[in-house]
Amino acid sequence: MAIQNVASRLLVPSMAKKGDIIEIKTIIMHPMYSGFTKDQNGKTIPREIINTFTVSYNGKQVFKMELQPSISSNPFISFFVKADQSGSFEFTWVDDNGDVYKNQAQITVT
Amino acid sequence: MVRRALLVAVGAAMIVALAWILARPVISAPDPSFAKYIVGEEKSGYVYLDSQTRAMEDDDVSNPGFLWVDKGKALWNATDGTAGTSCAACHGAAETSMKGVAATYPKYDRKLGKLIDLEQRINLERTQRMGAAPYAWESEQLLALTTYVKLQSRGMPVHVAIDGPAHKYWLEGKKYYQTRRGQLNMSCEQCHVEYADHLLRADRLSQGQTNGFPTYRLSWQGIGSVQRRFQSCNVKIRANPLPYGSATYVALELYVASRGEGLPIETPAVRK
Repeated sequence: MAIQNVASRLLVPSMAKKGDIIEIKTIIMHPMYSGFTKDQNGKTIPREIINTFTVSYNGKQVFKMELQPSISSNPFISFFVKADQSGSFEFTWVDDNGDVYKNQAQITVT
Repeated sequence: MVRRALLVAVGAAMIVALAWILARPVISAPDPSFAKYIVGEEKSGYVYLDSQTRAMEDDDVSNPGFLWVDKGKALWNATDGTAGTSCAACHGAAETSMKGVAATYPKYDRKLGKLIDLEQRINLERTQRMGAAPYAWESEQLLALTTYVKLQSRGMPVHVAIDGPAHKYWLEGKKYYQTRRGQLNMSCEQCHVEYADHLLRADRLSQGQTNGFPTYRLSWQGIGSVQRRFQSCNVKIRANPLPYGSATYVALELYVASRGEGLPIETPAVRK
């Protein structure tokens, strides 16, 4: 069950001082079907969740989360990271069905 | 014997007092951060939320409603229909052209000669001006566009006309609101006026305001329109829900909006 045009939103500071601990916030539109809910006709909706979320900073992985079916729809994930160089953050969400969703943001570190 | 009877009487009095205190509506001093969500006797659903849900609404990234806002913005700018235009082609930037617009809906449309809500207005623009097919009720696109347009009124007071040609619809909505219906034989007024602020099991009944719709409801795990809420309210008292877009629901939308006249638009709100 592929999901069309998956939307995600990010909040990454565009600027930071070297050594600052910055907070990154992310949210993605995804129903996160746990496999335990039923549709209008009483039929169980098969499990389909985002199972992995990874973030890399200039190519180096700085955050990874394994998601389980108990996590609500449209998962909001935020974390802290030390800003040490200018460049970009790459965000990757992997769906049970194999789809991969991506987003990215730039940061300038002075 | 007398001492024992006295103890039982005191115990019973304490239980009665406790029950009385628990059943009372909230009388705590209003939190100053709620000030803008309360206008006279009117209270937005915001003030009934716990602090974590309020925090979710207050942050534009953690507020999942903004996922639909982004989609609405993309649709606003997308060309669609036989006329080869987009919303943006005629209306420019929504931040300017749509400011304050949603706060006045539902409103009477003179050309059509009837009351219409925001969803109907969007679909009318699509069919009449863009030569595009109308969006289905409660579809992702219609919800996204409605949320995006109403967001442009965020912070502005609800301001609907209930006089002139809109008056007879307002009366119709009011009558629906006050009529008992369904297997539980209850009216909207009973939960949202008579028992507002009281506990319904573990939940505190709100005034049923609509200043935050389309709203992201945690129980829906998604965003939904006010008419979806009307349908679920009907179902909860075991009354027949009306179909989306029914004239009665649009009239009811006007009456319910008028109950929140002056409250700030909060779209997209986050609620339970």
